[in-house]
Amino acid sequence: MANPSERIKALFKPGEVHRDAYLAEDVFKMEMKHLFRNTWVYVGHGSQIPNKGDYYATMIGDQPVIMVRHTDMSVKVLYNRCPHKGTQVVIDTKGNTGKFFRCPYHAWSFKTDGKLLAIPLKKGYKDTGFDKTCASKGMTAVKNVKDYREFIFARLNDDTGPEFEEFFGNSLSSLDNMIDRSPAGRLEVVGAPLRYSHNCNWKMLVENQTDTCHPMVAHESSAGTVKDIWDKEGGDGQKPMVVELVLPFMSSYEFFEGMGIRTWDNGHGHTGVHHSIHSDYSDIGGYVAQMQEAYGTERADEILNENRHNTVYFPNMMIKGPIQSLRLFKPIAADKTIVESWIFRLVDAPDTLLERTAMYNRIINAPTSIVGHDDLEMYERAQSGLACDGMEWVNIQRLYEEDEGGEQVFNGTTEAQMRNQFRAWEKFMLMTLESEETP
Amino acid sequence: MKPSKQDLIDFVYTEARLLDDRRFAGWLDLFADDGIYWMPLEWDQVEEKLTTSLMYEDKLLLRVRVQRLEGERTFSQKPKSRSQHLLQLPQVDEIDHENGTYRVYTPFHYAETRFDEQQILAGWARHTLCVVDGALKIKMKRVDLVNCDAPFRNIQLFV
Repeated sequence: MANPSERIKALFKPGEVHRDAYLAEDVFKMEMKHLFRNTWVYVGHGSQIPNKGDYYATMIGDQPVIMVRHTDMSVKVLYNRCPHKGTQVVIDTKGNTGKFFRCPYHAWSFKTDGKLLAIPLKKGYKDTGFDKTCASKGMTAVKNVKDYREFIFARLNDDTGPEFEEFFGNSLSSLDNMIDRSPAGRLEVVGAPLRYSHNCNWKMLVENQTDTCHPMVAHESSAGTVKDIWDKEGGDGQKPMVVELVLPFMSSYEFFEGMGIRTWDNGHGHTGVHHSIHSDYSDIGGYVAQMQEAYGTERADEILNENRHNTVYFPNMMIKGPIQSLRLFKPIAADKTIVESWIFRLVDAPDTLLERTAMYNRIINAPTSIVGHDDLEMYERAQSGLACDGMEWVNIQRLYEEDEGGEQVFNGTTEAQMRNQFRAWEKFMLMTLESEETP
Repeated sequence: MKPSKQDLIDFVYTEARLLDDRRFAGWLDLFADDGIYWMPLEWDQVEEKLTTSLMYEDKLLLRVRVQRLEGERTFSQKPKSRSQHLLQLPQVDEIDHENGTYRVYTPFHYAETRFDEQQILAGWARHTLCVVDGALKIKMKRVDLVNCDAPFRNIQLFV
């Protein structure tokens, strides 16, 4: 059997991906161990933990972590296990721990940066060499944490993988645009995330974010039905908000070709370079004036005329700037993914914008969403279909060009962003995989 | 029409039966023109429009769902899902003839199945009803799931 790095290299050709990338448990384990530790993965938003001691518990790949507001107001990310016996220190997803965490098993306590604070009957460890154990260091803190305008990312590996700015580069312009849409330049998480369980590989969902040849086909049942009813009864009247949000899904191939796709290094990219399905929403009363007041006319126009559709932050996050939403594709197993869909309030903007954001989230991203039903059906049929022998490759060759890489703009129906993701996938898998193999 | 307590109880049972019989057009007729079907995402959720819900659907969206369920290219309904509602005896919380407002509370278990997969949901339905042209209609059907914050798979029919 080939060694692991040879196995990974053999799974990706420029326009094709071997099915094992989606099906094989050993590949999934390597993703968790290498890809999700060498890259900067989104953890949560600062507005979820505004006060000292506030925490939010989540996963980075297969690693349980706690994001917490430390006493100096910085954000720390700690592995969620007690150094004593391994007990998860917090079990609810959010709360306030006060000045310290306290393990519920034996009452070991830790400062909010993870350092050991106290152990009951500490004299029992006297002269035992305890201070040389890893347990004496307290809860392990993730060394590489970045708070980018309140979006918290972490890279689990201490010393491998690129620095934050190098990893994301110009792709941060999409996050900037989403945040700048607030007249105050700030976002706040609103409510709980939708959680949607899919029996398919997490990469299928990420690929679909820049798949512009599926909406008019897979979503004919949902968006097409809205169009059918509106064509018959709506006439020339003012479209209700929901119609305005859903109808663009039925746009023509030409529309999506013209939208454009931009790729960046390290697997990031976005649809909607020139225009997008989010370009033609109605003005919300007073909002443009607020933005001009805050930024000046020219800058406000620049912010609001950027209508990027989906921006993929490799490996597992997508944002929609004009909608103020974020989707996180959390890998559970090779064939299981939980998608979380979060929304944000633009601080100081009119409530109607938040109403639109919340509506979009439930109509498109919910497990009760008819658009979601369309997509899940396709992913799961693909996951099952890939079991078929005699055809081992998935094709992502559409509009392939030989010199792909770096920042480029393409025709909006290219699959170049999927290829971009797989180039990054191979890069960050091999980064630590090769070095751990004995020659 | 001044509905009796029994009329209100019968209404809730009839509604569930229409759904389980897949008589969706008839079910849709139970909604007032400004009726809303609401399934909150969070426990004890109060906010209707300025936060995420699982569903918050006016009659237009409900019509889209019903038409879609029968669509030629509705691939997630090939084969079609089936549902079954098991209702506790509906409790009438309010009868207000003067304002034409009636409120009914109904704990339920709900099964939805497609292919080999069956999911069981449990929760509470709260109907706010009114009288339009001599017939009871739904102003608001609020469905709270006991596990509203769980990572669900597709819920394609109506709880």
